[in-house]
Amino acid sequence: MKTRFDWVRLLPPLIAPLGAILIALVVSSIVLAVGGKEVFPTFELMLDYGSQPGSIAAMLDKATPYYLSAVAAAIGFRMGLFNIGVDGQYRIAALLAAALGGASFMDAVPGVVRIVLIVLVAMLVGAAWAGLAALLKVTRGVSEVISTIMLNTIAGGFVAFLLTTDKLGVQAAGSNAVTTPILPKDVWISDLPIVSGTKDGVFGFIVVAALVGVAYWFLLGRTRFGFDLRAAGANPSAAVASGVDAKRMVIAAMLLSGAVAGLVGLPQLFGEQHAFTESVGGLGFTGIAIALLGRNHPIGMAFGALLWGFLERSAQILDLEGIPKETVTIMQGTAVLAVVVAYELTSHVTKRLQQKRVGESVATPAPTGVSA
Amino acid sequence: MAAEPPAAVELSGITKRFPGVVANSDIHITVGRGTIHAIVGENGAGKSTLMKILYGMYRPDEGEIRINGSAVRFTSPQQAIGAGIGMVHQHFMLADNLTVQENVVLGAEKLYGIGGKATAKIREISRQYGLEVDPEALVEELGVGDRQRVEIIKVLYRGAKILILDEPTAVLVPQEVDELFGNLRQLTAEGLTIIFISHKLHEVLSVADAITVIRRGTTVASVLPADVTARELATLMVGSELPSPETRESTVTTTPALTVRGLTVLSAAGRTLIDGVDLTIHKGEVLGIAGVEGNGQAELVEAIMGMRPAAGTVELAGDEITAWSTRKRREAGLGYVPEDRHRHGLLLEAPLWENRMLGHQTESPNSGRGLLTTGAARKDTERIVEQYDVRTPGIEVAAHALSGGNQQKLIVGREMSHAPKVLIAAHPTRGVDVGAQAAIWDHIRQARHDGLGVLLISADLDELIGLSDTLRVIYRGKLVADADPATVTPEQLGLAMTGAAEQPSPAVERISAAVEELKKEAPKGEQA
Repeated sequence: MKTRFDWVRLLPPLIAPLGAILIALVVSSIVLAVGGKEVFPTFELMLDYGSQPGSIAAMLDKATPYYLSAVAAAIGFRMGLFNIGVDGQYRIAALLAAALGGASFMDAVPGVVRIVLIVLVAMLVGAAWAGLAALLKVTRGVSEVISTIMLNTIAGGFVAFLLTTDKLGVQAAGSNAVTTPILPKDVWISDLPIVSGTKDGVFGFIVVAALVGVAYWFLLGRTRFGFDLRAAGANPSAAVASGVDAKRMVIAAMLLSGAVAGLVGLPQLFGEQHAFTESVGGLGFTGIAIALLGRNHPIGMAFGALLWGFLERSAQILDLEGIPKETVTIMQGTAVLAVVVAYELTSHVTKRLQQKRVGESVATPAPTGVSA
Repeated sequence: MAAEPPAAVELSGITKRFPGVVANSDIHITVGRGTIHAIVGENGAGKSTLMKILYGMYRPDEGEIRINGSAVRFTSPQQAIGAGIGMVHQHFMLADNLTVQENVVLGAEKLYGIGGKATAKIREISRQYGLEVDPEALVEELGVGDRQRVEIIKVLYRGAKILILDEPTAVLVPQEVDELFGNLRQLTAEGLTIIFISHKLHEVLSVADAITVIRRGTTVASVLPADVTARELATLMVGSELPSPETRESTVTTTPALTVRGLTVLSAAGRTLIDGVDLTIHKGEVLGIAGVEGNGQAELVEAIMGMRPAAGTVELAGDEITAWSTRKRREAGLGYVPEDRHRHGLLLEAPLWENRMLGHQTESPNSGRGLLTTGAARKDTERIVEQYDVRTPGIEVAAHALSGGNQQKLIVGREMSHAPKVLIAAHPTRGVDVGAQAAIWDHIRQARHDGLGVLLISADLDELIGLSDTLRVIYRGKLVADADPATVTPEQLGLAMTGAAEQPSPAVERISAAVEELKKEAPKGEQA
């Protein structure tokens, strides 16, 4: 009997994203066909290129910040808060953390300590920036959707204002770009050679991302705080009746979400650019898409982030073959849209199925629903 | 063909099997045209399956449905609507920010357009059937009774001649019930047929022309209201002798369990919702609060639970808890059976065992040192399911899949499992069938025997009188009268609930109430 229920409960969360990806494939096939390109060879090309060791390493690199960004968004989603501001939170966090880490007065501080300091400062700044939206919500009832969007713009302005040579920025050698001071080598996190067949490593920060995923799973699924948070998301009035302090929960969830958001810019900071540059952007919105695709599930989002990384990497080959790589963007967009629709549909069907099954098993009390 | 007019609805030999189980078997019901036909039965007896068959949501495996004499086979509700069948659901499906006219027209724009013609049609329906509603009014400004009339108009507008009403009185106060019944009689006088699903036997007896009893998926009796008493009907429903809510011996002690002094609650707009309420519940005492809904009961409960800011003091078993949070109050032994279980008592999408944790997530067996102990919570949920007879195939089922009665049993079981000192029970048996009702009463009585204090709020006067040791009447946020449950009759209580204790005659009640309202407004204005 237990197994019978399990499939009713477990299948839909799997069917929805798979169906959505299928729909995305179909739609992009149509787009390709309409554009006069061959459909299957194109997919084959992407698959071939995307599965090369170098591409896999690149996919993992891309997936790392995406995953962090998705977890940040998901923390909010799980309690019904739409933190659209991950983008602003991580940019301002990465800027300030990178500026601190690269500042000349830090020269005497050992590298490991500086790494820890950068991570902590990034989390604090991200949390603080998100905290502004939380504060506005609990004191003035301002929707966090509106305030975080506005805070994104303000963060953008702030970053532009601070990243000038007379403030936090320095002129990068041989280029017009202004960045924060380059971090000394002992503050870099070296790549991990986990993909064989290529000399390209993977961001060492991927370990942190994985740990964040585990922490997210543990916090939400195993702690009292997580239960309160989920209850507040599932039924706010019932959560209040159960003793959850709604305002404190909003603040806690936003701070947590912002703290994780603060990490989003760090894989590139530690592993690639070693300084904050304006070129890093838009990761916050990708995170929202991946959180939707992965249904806020720690493993679902990991798959989502990997898929995103794979698609973006494999898109690079398309231009070389004269196929617009925007096909991939269409695919990504359709997948997110379809997964939202598909999830609504499957959860509706699950609900029906469950109700029917319960109805069956309690209609005749004698055999208590034991059936083949 | 037939000499006399055929029955409006004739169900013969209806059988519906779900894999391995028979939900309906060999059901026979004949509903005469222009009558109110009640279908009564416990939750899970198969009433809703049957109605879903009639409404085209399920297809029967065997048997025949005849509408006005001709056999039909519906494959969708649209076909049922086409055949003149309309369903008025228990939970209203209205958009608050739209007008009555817009709500009625929504989804049926093709019938009479969306303009003056539609409004005229609605007015015509209101006039013809005596369903007084202003088509221009905003739904959010309407009371519950009005909203229900809008729902009825909605189905009539779509051309229904046969109306299925699913537990229509569950959300109504006594006066509104009377009004509804008046409306129903007028509808049948105009030739419409009404199928009325209920388990409130007094109501069924007073309004129905014929009654069919369903038990365990099959029709066990068809009776006329004149021939049966409520007790006989209930016995038919549950198939055994029925318990009554009467509390046998008194267990009231002199130790106060909950003391409330000068409790005052203001609305956001500054209106007084609860006005200086004083009450004491002793250990082993059930204190019943009688009152027409909306006189401050919900606010009183929420203030005691700490969910709503209030002035005054609250003491629980000697501890002053006025400044405590809801969580701390619950941990200290304040149990809560909320009035609206969907809003305040359950996480509908979550499995039963998570719902078992809700409200007690900080306590054993649900958690320890900040971490959830899901194994222990699951095990204890199994126990509650068993002990409180929650009919479910398992504890992994989401709460929404359970019937209302079974959800309620889970909530009562959960609250009782933490040895509360005081239980705040708002309508503990609302929407619950007779069998479950008796079980819930038993649990409350047992806990009361063990020294539990209970604040009981109920719209069911029999329940209030039967279960309470002390009765207070609430009217406009004040406790205006006391009654002795041993001697008071439901009629006397009903009269007191309308404020008759304050005003000499109900006739002047409206005027004095208005005067009182003005008096209240005036000093506030001066202060400001």
